[in-house]
Amino acid sequence: MRTISYDTVVNQVARLCQESNMAIEPEIVSVLEAKFEASSGLEHEMLQQIVINNKLAGEKQLPLCQDTGIVVVFLEIGTELHIDFDIEAAVNAGVAEGYTYLRKSVVGHPLERVNTKDNTPAIVHQRLVAGDKLTISLAPKGAGSENMSGMKMLSPSVGVDGVKDYVLEVIKAAKGKACPPMIVGIGIGGNFEKAPMLAKEALLRPLSDEADHPLDKKLEQELLRAINELGIGTMGVGGIATALAVKVNSFPCHIASLPVAVNIQCHVARHLTAVL
Amino acid sequence: MKTRDLITPLDTALVADLRSGEKILISGTIYVARDAAHKRIGEMLEAGLPLPVDLKNQIIYYMGPSPAIGEEVIGSCGPTTSARMDPYTEMMLDLGVKLFIGKGERAPYVEQLLQEHGAVYAIAVGGAAVYLQQFVKTCECIAFEELGAEALYRLEVENFEVFVANDVQGNTIFQ
Repeated sequence: MRTISYDTVVNQVARLCQESNMAIEPEIVSVLEAKFEASSGLEHEMLQQIVINNKLAGEKQLPLCQDTGIVVVFLEIGTELHIDFDIEAAVNAGVAEGYTYLRKSVVGHPLERVNTKDNTPAIVHQRLVAGDKLTISLAPKGAGSENMSGMKMLSPSVGVDGVKDYVLEVIKAAKGKACPPMIVGIGIGGNFEKAPMLAKEALLRPLSDEADHPLDKKLEQELLRAINELGIGTMGVGGIATALAVKVNSFPCHIASLPVAVNIQCHVARHLTAVL
Repeated sequence: MKTRDLITPLDTALVADLRSGEKILISGTIYVARDAAHKRIGEMLEAGLPLPVDLKNQIIYYMGPSPAIGEEVIGSCGPTTSARMDPYTEMMLDLGVKLFIGKGERAPYVEQLLQEHGAVYAIAVGGAAVYLQQFVKTCECIAFEELGAEALYRLEVENFEVFVANDVQGNTIFQ
């Protein structure tokens, strides 16, 4: 049986924290550059700052956004892997180390609001999978877009139009506050806690990836068009770049339920994966 | 697009003349405060304590920086969502603040308050935090140090780029 050490997990998580905050995927950079070229007026000016920012962050080794987020970690743990330590503790030790020069944005109790000063704890999701590998997907998430996300238990009778209406309602309420251009993760189905997880996982998919199920794929295309037709534009000042992509993940649900969750991601869409 | 230069302390006539959609290049002092610092200022006022800073004709930037690295005076420093500071805006206007910088729309009552006080709300580009960092020349924590990124900071800036969102006439940049 393969073993993995505590220190390996700590070091890899620390590295992922730092690297994910300094650069977004080349594919997202390219789409932002294309939007910059196609835009005009005030939006053009603002997208130019975003395009330059993506270059400067790498050059100066500074985080793309000062809000380096609360860290969301997805662990896929191979059943043939032997782990003889508390993996969540290792992840948090890695976050504390990785955030030495990143902003500490976590408070210990939501009502006392005293900063934990090392950006822990992370939000950790674990899943057992076949094999002998440990996959760590790490996504620092800022509050600007997270705060404008939403979830609703719809009635099955409203169908696909009801889902679309709710998604557009969330986007219209978010407007410029969520830092558009945005990526919209949508979870449909499951139950009260499953739908937001689906939406969050949808945001981890590559930008050009399309949903497998034809209904989800159609919804992705139609919602992207509908969201951009709202004309909210970059930072809410109007224009063509409200959303870069819409990702729909679905799951079976109860005969009486139609849960829908909308997780908004700003253009600083940070995530990075390591397979150990 | 019209570009205007602005220095601090602010000339109130110049502030009143700013129009929604214009770009402003700010040089001088900017005070940085977000949720927790606003709350502390409110508590000090309530307790009748002297404030650590005179905000008459000054600028408040809603921001919490990332740590400075190496030779840099400050880390990344883009705007945070302004709407969270809506409940504190009247207090800051009463203290003399004439320009607020953040990102995103304000509540209608805040737009009204800005007009009544001859003040302006401007936005910086969210997520352009390294771009904006270039214009910051010095950064000093002046109060509430224990709050970390949420402390009260004084920045000296040169040609710090923002866009007028809500002007004194009630015009808005937002869709």
